[in-house]
Amino acid sequence: MIKAILIFNNHGKPRLIRFYQYFAEDMQQQIIRETFHLVSKRDDNVCNFLEGGSLIGGSDYKLIYRHYATLYFVFCVDSSESELGILDLIQVFVETLDKCFENVCELDLIFHMDKVHYILQEVVMGGMVLETNMNEIVAQVELQNRMEKSEVSDQ
Amino acid sequence: MALKIVKGSIDRMFDKNLQDLVRGIRNHKEDEAKYISTCIDEIKQELKQDNIAVKANAVCKLTYLQMLGYDVSWAAFNIVEVMSSSKFTYKRIGYLAASQCFHEGTDVIMLTTNQIRKDLSSPHQYDTGVALTGLSCFVTPDLARDLANDIMTLMSHTKPYIRKKAVLIMYKVFLKYPESLRPAFPRLKEKLEDPDPGVQSAAVNVICELARRNPKNYLSLAPLFFKLMTSSTNNWVLIKIIKLFGALTPLEPRLGKKLIEPLTNLIHSTSAMSLLYECVNTVIAVLISLSSGMPNHSASIQLCVQKLRILIEDSDQNLKYLGLLAMSKILKTHPKSVQSHKDLILQCLDDKDESIRLRALDLLYGMVSKKNLMEIVKKLMLHVDKAEGTTYRDELLTKIIDICSQSNYQYITNFEWYISILVELTRLEGTRHGHLIASQMLDVAIRVKAIRGFAVAQMATLLDNAHLLTGNTQRNGICEVLYAAAWICGEFSEHLEDPMQTLEAMLRPKVATLPGHIQAVYVQNAAKLFATVLRKHEGETDSHAAQETSQLLIDRLPLFVQSANLEVQERASCILQLVKYIQKLQQKKVEVAEEVTALFAGELNPVAPKAQKKVPVPEGLDLDAWINKPPSESESEDEKPKAVFAKEEPKHSRSRHTEVDEKELARRREARKREQANNPFYIKASPSSQKVYDAPGVEHIPVVQIDLSVPLKVPGMPMSDQYLKLEEERRQKEKAERKKEKKKKREKRGKERKADSGPESEEDIAPAHQVDIVTEEMPENALPSDDDDKDPNDPHKALDIDLDKPLADSEKLPVRTHRPEVLKSPAEDRVNESIPQETKKRSGKEKKEKKKGKEKDRKRSKEEKKKKKHKEVEEELLESHPEEAVQSEETKEAATPPTSTSAEIKPTVHWFPVQKSSKHKKKKQKKEKEEKEKKKKKRHHHHHHHSNAGGEDSVQNGTVEEEEPLPPMSNYFLLAENSYIKMVYDIQGNHQDESKVVVSVIFENKSDSFLKSMEFNVLDSLNSKLQRPEGAGAHDSLTVPFQLPPGISNEAHFVFSVQSIVMPQKLKGTLTFIVKSDESSTHEKLDFKLHFTCTSYLITTPCYLYDAYAKLLESGDLKGSSLRLEGINMPFHHLLARICFHHHFSVVERIDSCASMYSRSIQGHHVCLLVKTSDQTVSIDAKCDEPSLLGNVLDEIKQTFSKC
Repeated sequence: MIKAILIFNNHGKPRLIRFYQYFAEDMQQQIIRETFHLVSKRDDNVCNFLEGGSLIGGSDYKLIYRHYATLYFVFCVDSSESELGILDLIQVFVETLDKCFENVCELDLIFHMDKVHYILQEVVMGGMVLETNMNEIVAQVELQNRMEKSEVSDQ
Repeated sequence: MALKIVKGSIDRMFDKNLQDLVRGIRNHKEDEAKYISTCIDEIKQELKQDNIAVKANAVCKLTYLQMLGYDVSWAAFNIVEVMSSSKFTYKRIGYLAASQCFHEGTDVIMLTTNQIRKDLSSPHQYDTGVALTGLSCFVTPDLARDLANDIMTLMSHTKPYIRKKAVLIMYKVFLKYPESLRPAFPRLKEKLEDPDPGVQSAAVNVICELARRNPKNYLSLAPLFFKLMTSSTNNWVLIKIIKLFGALTPLEPRLGKKLIEPLTNLIHSTSAMSLLYECVNTVIAVLISLSSGMPNHSASIQLCVQKLRILIEDSDQNLKYLGLLAMSKILKTHPKSVQSHKDLILQCLDDKDESIRLRALDLLYGMVSKKNLMEIVKKLMLHVDKAEGTTYRDELLTKIIDICSQSNYQYITNFEWYISILVELTRLEGTRHGHLIASQMLDVAIRVKAIRGFAVAQMATLLDNAHLLTGNTQRNGICEVLYAAAWICGEFSEHLEDPMQTLEAMLRPKVATLPGHIQAVYVQNAAKLFATVLRKHEGETDSHAAQETSQLLIDRLPLFVQSANLEVQERASCILQLVKYIQKLQQKKVEVAEEVTALFAGELNPVAPKAQKKVPVPEGLDLDAWINKPPSESESEDEKPKAVFAKEEPKHSRSRHTEVDEKELARRREARKREQANNPFYIKASPSSQKVYDAPGVEHIPVVQIDLSVPLKVPGMPMSDQYLKLEEERRQKEKAERKKEKKKKREKRGKERKADSGPESEEDIAPAHQVDIVTEEMPENALPSDDDDKDPNDPHKALDIDLDKPLADSEKLPVRTHRPEVLKSPAEDRVNESIPQETKKRSGKEKKEKKKGKEKDRKRSKEEKKKKKHKEVEEELLESHPEEAVQSEETKEAATPPTSTSAEIKPTVHWFPVQKSSKHKKKKQKKEKEEKEKKKKKRHHHHHHHSNAGGEDSVQNGTVEEEEPLPPMSNYFLLAENSYIKMVYDIQGNHQDESKVVVSVIFENKSDSFLKSMEFNVLDSLNSKLQRPEGAGAHDSLTVPFQLPPGISNEAHFVFSVQSIVMPQKLKGTLTFIVKSDESSTHEKLDFKLHFTCTSYLITTPCYLYDAYAKLLESGDLKGSSLRLEGINMPFHHLLARICFHHHFSVVERIDSCASMYSRSIQGHHVCLLVKTSDQTVSIDAKCDEPSLLGNVLDEIKQTFSKC
C-alpha cells in the first residue's frame, strides 16, 4: 500500500499532497516538513530509499523518492510494495505528466494542481496501484478532459 | 432564464479562479497569510451563491488551500453540493476536494450515500470512475456497508476501466466492513482471470494485500497464483504474486519446494532488476521456511548470495541498498553464507551514502562471532572517530553496543576489553547516548561478577578524570556515564584500591555542576565509600586516617546540602548528620565500621525489564470486575459500551492467563527451573553458591597489566587495542597448548564446550576467563511467551476470515430496500452466520459425532490413519488427487439436499493434497482390532471419494442443485480371486515422474486361515518393468510387507517403470503365499494379469482457464478422433463424473448438455474431449497430440460405458 504521495520543490514548498490515510492538516504539514528535511539533505548520487520517517507508519514504511530538477516526488509505502517497482512507477507518473503537459515543469504543477491530481488518480487509487501503462493512463486522462471541454462548450 | 445564465458567467469572469489564486499568493510573498485570509472570505461569499459553477470554482481553490495547510472542513457541505452536480467537470472537482479533506469524522458523509450510489450506477463511465476514486479515499464503515453491493455489481461492469477500479476499492470496503469479504470473495477470485490485464492486476493487488495480513486463509489460492506466475508477463503482477508467495511459504513448506524451480528460472532469465530482486527475496523466504531438511538448498542459497553480491557491487546505489537489505534476511538463517562476504560489507561501511552504511551496520550485527568480534568492533571504533555528523556516529555507537551485548553477551570472550571499549566510547563528543553506555556499564558490572574488580578500577579513573567529560557544556549527554561510574565505585567499593582517593574525587566542588540525579548518586555512594574506608582502617591503632575521612565528608557535604535539587539536598543532609555522629563516636574510640557497613548490606540483583509485566494474575482475581457497583448510566449510553465489551472479551489477554490451571503453571515452573539448571549462565540466588563462585572467579582473572596512571586520552593507540593484541597472543598460546595436550584434555574441553553456545567453529576459543553472567530476575510463574507485540487495534485483524467455508444464506451484502430495515449489528450477523455453517461444514467432524457409534469408531480409525500417513514419504503426497474431505460427507448423506451454492468458494485443485485425500496409501502394519472396520470402510471411502471428482466439477458449474447424487463408483478392478484371497487393483501415475506408475493392490483374506509370506511377482515386458529393490534379480519376486489374518484386507503398492504409454498392456504375474491354519500350512499360488490401460497413464489435471484450453485446441498440434455412444441412459453429470473418475479427466467448462474436458498423461500429452449429449446418444470429439494414445483412451471410455 502507498500511504502518501508528496511532491514538493527544492525549498520544501508543497506542489501536490495526497494522503491515503487521514491526517489533520497541521500534521500533514509537519509530515511534509519532516520529509523535506530528510530528503533534501541527501546527495543526488545516493540511493532513493529512506527509512525513518517517524511520522508516517513506523518501521514498516519507507520513503521512496526521485528528484527531478526542482521537484521531489516522494512516495511513502509499506513493505508490500516493491522498492524498485515504485521507483519505476514514479518514472511512469512523471513521464505521463510530461506527455499531458508537454514538457512539464514546476510551473505546470503550481498552476494546475487539480489536473495533476486527476492524472495521479488514474495511476494510484486509494493507495493501490491502479495502472502502470502510460498509454492507458494518458488515454483515460484525455478522454476525461475532452468530456470536460464538451461540457464547457455546451454552456 | 437565459439572462440568469449570462449574469452567472459574467459574475464568474470577475471571480478568481485557481490560477489567479496561485498567482496572487506568489505575488504576496510578504503577507501571504493575510492575502489568503481575504481569499478565504471571498470563497465564503462565492459558496453562498446559487451558481454551481461559482461554487465549484470556490471548492477548487479550497482544495489548493488545503494543500497549504488550511483546514477547509467548514466547507464540507458545499463540497457535497458540488459533488452532486450533474456536470462531470464540477463533479470531479467536488470529489477531488472530498477525497482530500473528508475522513471518518466528517459528518456530512452521511448525506453522500445516495449521491454516490447514483454516480456509481451512472451510464457515463467517468462519473462512475470519479465516484469510485473519491470513495476509495473517504469510505467509512457505513458507506462500505451501504454501497458494498453496488460496488460488487460494478466488478462485472462491461468496461474494464470500471472493473479495475471496482476491484481495487473492494479492499477498502473489506477493511471498513469485514462482513463483505466472504460474499464478495468469489467474484474477486474470478477477476484474477479477467481478460483485461489491468483488472487482473487489480485483483492480484487486492488479494495480495489481503493475504499479506492473514496468509493462512489464502493458501488454497496458491495453485491459481502459481499458474498466474508461470503464465503472466506483466512484471507488476509477477512482483505482487512473488511477494505474496513469500508470505505464504512459511505456512506451507511444500509450496516452497514447488516454487524454488520456477523462481530460480526467473532469476536466471529476467532482465528486470525489480523482478529479480523480489524473486531472490522470495527464494530467501522459501529457504528460511525450509531451513531444515532439503539437502540441495545450498545451491539456491549460493545463487541468492551471488546475485545479491552482484547487486551490492553495482554502482547503482539503489541496488546496493536492496542487496544489503536482502542479505540481512539470509543472515538470520544462513549466517555462514553471508559471513563469507564480510569484506564487501565492511567496504560498504565506508560508503558515502548513509542509508547504505546503516544497512551494512545491520548486517554486521549478525556477522560477529567470538572469533571476529574484537576485530569488527575495532573497525567500528575507527569509523566512530572518522564519522562526521552526530546521527551516524550515534548510530555507530548504539550498533557497537548492540553487537557486543547481543544474546546475553554471547560473543564476548573478554569483558575487560568490553569495559575498555565502553570507557573509550565516553570520549565521544555530544552523543545522546550517554545513558546507553551507562546502562551497559552497570549491567556488565552487576551481572559479570568476575569483572567487578577491573570495572571498579576503570570507573575510579573515570571519576578521577570527570573534568574531561564535563568540561564542555555541550557534552551533557555523556555525563550520564558518571552516574554509572559513581554507583559502581560505591556499590563494589571493596574492590577499590584506594577508596580514599575516589571518595575525594566524588566530593570535588565541580560535582555540583552535574545534573541533580547524578549528584544524588554521588552523595549516596560517597557514603558507601565512607563505610568501606572505615572498615579498612578499623583495628588500626592509629585511627587518624578514618577520622580524616570523616572530616573530609563534613567539609564537603555542606555544598550538597545547599543544592537546589531536593533529592541531593535530602541525601546530603542525612549523610552529613550521620557522619557528624560517627565522628563523635570515633573520637570516643568506638568501633563503628561494622554498623556503618550494615547500612549498605545486601546485594542488589538485576531484574528483567519485563518482569513487572510478567507477573501473572493470581487465581481468582478478576481485574475487569467492578470493585464497587458501577454507577447507573443513562440508557442511551448503556447499549454501546456493553457491546464493545462483549466483543472484545475473548481477545483479552489477561482472561487467558487466568485460564491456565494450576497444573499447567506447576509444569511451567518446573520446566523453567530445569532450564535454569541447564543454563550455564544462570546462577541461583542463594548466598552459598555465590561464595563458591566468587573465590575461584576472582582468582581466575589473569592479571593484565594496565597502567592506570595513564590518562584516558592516550595519544596513539587506544586502550582496547591492547586487548586485541593480548587476545591474539592468548589464542595462539592456547592453540599451541591444546595441540600438546590434546589427548589429555578431553575432560576439560568438555566443560568449556558446555559454557560455549556459539557455533562449532568457535568452540576452541575459550573465554579469557570463565565468566558467569547472571540472568535477570523474573517473577515466579512468569509466562514465557511473548505475545505482547500484536497490536489489538490492527484493522486487518477483522479480515481474518475463513474464505474456504461455503457461503451461508445469511451472508449477503445488504441490498438497498425502499424502507431500509433496521440493520443488524455486525455481532448479530456473525452469530447468524456461524450457526448454520458450523453445523454443516466443519469438515464433517461434528456431523459424525451425531451419528451412531459405529461411525464414531470409523472416525477414530480414520484419524489414526491420518496420523500414520503423516509419516509417509512426501513424494507420494504430491500426487494430485481430487479433493473430497468435505464433500465425501455430503454424498454419504445422499438424502439431505446439497447445500452449496454457485458462489461457493472452494479449493478446486489440490496441489498439496491434504492428508485425508491420500486414501490409497494405507499403512502397512495395522492393529488387528481395527481391521474389520477398515475393510468395510475402505470401500466406502473409495466410492465416495472418487465420485466427488465429478460431483465437484458440477458444483463449479453451478448446477448441482437440481441434480441427483451420483451412484457409488470404484476405480479398483478385480485382479484375481480364489478361495483364499481376492486382489483388486488400481493404477495411478503422477507428474513427478514421467516413466513411473504406482499399482495399488488390495489383498483381502477370504479364508478362515492366516495368510503369510505373500510374494508378488510379474513377468516384465520390454516396455513395463516392476521396480525391484537394488541388488534383486530381474525375476525375483517382491515380498508383500504384511500378513493377513482371516477376513482382513490390506493394501500394498508396487512401482512400475514404463517406457511407451500409448498402448495398453497386460503383464502376467503370480502371487504365492502360505495358508496357515491350526493344523497345517500349505503353499498356494494365484496367477493374475495386470492390465495397464492407457487411462492409467492419465492424470487428472485441472485446466483453469478456458482461454488456455481454447488456445491449446487452436494450436493445431492436436489430432482429432471421435466416438459415439448409443443408448446411454444416465444423467449428463453422471456421465461426466464417470469420465472424470474412471479416466482421470477434469471438466474445463460445461454448458448445458455439452462439456469440454481435459487430462494429461504422465508424459505430458494433452487429451481434450468435447462431450455432447442428446437423447441417449453421446458423442465425444477428442483431440490429443498422440493419436494412438487417444484411440486407446476412447476405446477404454467406450468400454466403461458398455458395462453399464
